[in-house]
Amino acid sequence: MAQVLIANRLSDGLVVFLAADGAWVESIAAGVLIDDDRAAGELLDQGLADADNNLVIDPILINVTVRDGTRTPDAIREAIRAAGPTVSVET
Amino acid sequence: MYRYDEFDQQLVNERAEQFRRQVRRRMNGELTEDQFKPLRLMNGLYLQLHAYMLRVNVPYGCLSARQLRQLAHIARKYDKGYGHFTTRQNIQYNWIRLEDAADILTDLAAVGMNAMQSSGNCVRNVTADHYAGRARDELQDPRVWCELLRQYSILNPEFSYLPRKFKIAVTGAPKDRAAVALHDIGLRMYLNEGGEPGFEVIVGGGQGRTPVIGKTIREWIEPEHVISYVEAILRIYNLYGRRDNIYKARIKILVNALGIDKYRELVEAEWLQIRDGVLKIAPEELARIDAYFQPPAYEQLADQDTEPSQLHDADPAFAAWLQSNVAEHKVVGYAIVNVSLKSPGKIPGDLSAQKMDALADLADQYSFGELRVSHRQNLVLVDVKQSDLHALWQALGALDLATPNIGLASDIIACPGLDFCALANTRSIPVAQDIALHFANSTKLQHVGDLTINISGCMNACGHHHVGNIGILGVDKRGQEFFQLTLGGSSDEHASLGDRVGPGLPQSEVPGAIERIVDTYLEIRDGKDECFLNTYRRCGMEVFRTAVYGPAGPARRVTATRQVA
Repeated sequence: MAQVLIANRLSDGLVVFLAADGAWVESIAAGVLIDDDRAAGELLDQGLADADNNLVIDPILINVTVRDGTRTPDAIREAIRAAGPTVSVET
Repeated sequence: MYRYDEFDQQLVNERAEQFRRQVRRRMNGELTEDQFKPLRLMNGLYLQLHAYMLRVNVPYGCLSARQLRQLAHIARKYDKGYGHFTTRQNIQYNWIRLEDAADILTDLAAVGMNAMQSSGNCVRNVTADHYAGRARDELQDPRVWCELLRQYSILNPEFSYLPRKFKIAVTGAPKDRAAVALHDIGLRMYLNEGGEPGFEVIVGGGQGRTPVIGKTIREWIEPEHVISYVEAILRIYNLYGRRDNIYKARIKILVNALGIDKYRELVEAEWLQIRDGVLKIAPEELARIDAYFQPPAYEQLADQDTEPSQLHDADPAFAAWLQSNVAEHKVVGYAIVNVSLKSPGKIPGDLSAQKMDALADLADQYSFGELRVSHRQNLVLVDVKQSDLHALWQALGALDLATPNIGLASDIIACPGLDFCALANTRSIPVAQDIALHFANSTKLQHVGDLTINISGCMNACGHHHVGNIGILGVDKRGQEFFQLTLGGSSDEHASLGDRVGPGLPQSEVPGAIERIVDTYLEIRDGKDECFLNTYRRCGMEVFRTAVYGPAGPARRVTATRQVA
C-alpha cells in the first residue's frame, strides 16, 4: 500500500507532506511515497521528531492510490486536505 | 450599539498581547501543542483541515459599519479575501497563519471586537434575535440584557472551565427568531398581566448528536434577577455536569438525568443564596448600559405604499424582494432589510472583503451605520427608510446581495462541512449549492413560501439540521458520503425536532428528493397559507416518504455516485 506522511505546518497551519530531503512541502506530488512497513515506520518517526521540534502538528501516514502518475489519498477527508476545498471560495 | 469603555478596551488589548507571548512561546518550543491548544482555543483559534481558523465574536449579532470594514481589512490582509458568517452570528476566517493571529486580535481590539470565548468549555457569544430593538412585533429590546450577560460571562473565572461549551440566546419578541429553545439557556422576554417585562427561562436545549428541546425551568423572573438566575443554573451545571465523557457533558444531559424538577429545585436553592447579592442589577447600572442602545435619530415619516402585491405588475423583481427580504420595523416609515448571502451557487454565509466594504458603505448611507448577523447566515440592515428601499435594492443587486430568498428553500443553512472542518464526515456546502441551483431558475420557491432547509456535515449539527423544516445530515458509509433527510424540524416559538425520512441518499439524488417533497407539499397543502411545516404536521411522514423513495420504499444502496474531484 502506497503511503505519504501528511501534517499541518505549525507556523501557518497549511497541509504539508514530508519530502525525501526532510523538508515539508505543500504538494503531495513532492512528498516521499513509500510502500513498505519499514519505510513507513521510519517516515513516521521522522515526522514525529519534527512535531517535537515544533515544525508540524499531527503527522500521520495516509494511504494513497497512484494513477497515471497522480497521487490521490484514499480517504475523502485526506483527499480534500491534499487538494483543498472542492468548492470555489468567494474572492 | 455598545461601545467598549476603558476597562473593556484595556482587557482586549492586554489579551491580544498575552496571546502574542503565548504564540511566541509555542513557536520557540516552550509550549507543546497539548499545552498550547487550550490557550489558542480560548482565543477562538482552531486548527482545521487546511489551516488555522479564527472565529471572531459578533456580540449578539450587532455590527457597525466601521467594524465590518475592519473585518474586510482582516480578510484582505490576513486571509484569502473573504469571511464566513456562522449560525452563532459570528464570523470565521478559514486561512489564518498562527504567526498573524495576535496581530489580528490587535486589529479587532481597535474596533471593539475580540475572539475571546468563541471556543472552549465556557460561555460562548450570547446570541439574540437579529431584529432586536427594531422588530415591530417586539415587546422588549433584549440587547441590554445580552450586553450584561456578555460582561458577566467574559473571563468569569468560575465558569472558564465548564464541563462543556455553553450557549445562551435571548429574544424579546413573541416570534422566536433566536432559537431560544435550542440553547443551553434560552431567555424569552415577555410582559406579564401587569405589563411588566420579565423572562421565561428555558434550560437544557441543544442540537448535536443528542438534540433536545429545552424545558422551562422558570416561567417568570424579574429582569433585575436574571443574571443571578443564570449564575445559579451555571453553578449547578458546573458542580454536577459530567466531565468523564465529552458526549455526555452538555447541560441537556444533566437536566435529562436529574429531571427538570430536580434540576429546578437545585437551581432555586442556589439562587435563593445569591439573588439579592452583587448580581442583582441596579436600575442605574441598567440605565448605564441601556444608554448605548438608544434608537438613532429617526425622521418623522409615514409608512410608504410598499405592499408587494400592488407593486408586482410594475416591478415584479422588486416586489419579490420586498416580499421575502424586508421585514416590518417598529418605527413608522422604516423597514428592516435582510441581505441574502445565499445567491444560488455561492457558499452560504461567505462574503468577500470587497462586498463587506461595499455593504458597510450602504449601511452608512441607508441604515445609520448599523448591521446585524442572523443565525441563518445572512446580514441585516436594520434601519432603512422605506422610501430608500428601491435604491437600496438596486445597490444590493449590483453586489449580488439581493437574492429574494430569505426564509425560502434556497436560504439554506450549511455548516462548513468536510471542505473545511476537521470534525465533518461529509461535505455540506456542495449539497446546499446543488439544491439552490436546482431551484434557481424557477418561481416555485416563491409559490412554496416559508421553508427552511438546514444541512450539517456530521452529527455535531452545526448546520442545525435537526430544526430545519427539511433537515439534511451527511453521514459516512464505508468511505462514501450519504445524506439523510429529516422533516418537521423548527427552531421558532413552536420548536420541534425533525423526523428521519429514511436511509441516506447520494448527493446527486438530494435535489430531486427535495423537489419531490416540495411538489408533494404543493399538492396536499390546505391552501397557500398553510406553510410546509404545518402541512407536514397535519399530514405526517408517510406521504413525503413515498415521495422520496416511491411506493416500494427505500432500496438498498451499495455505493455513492460522486467522488472527490
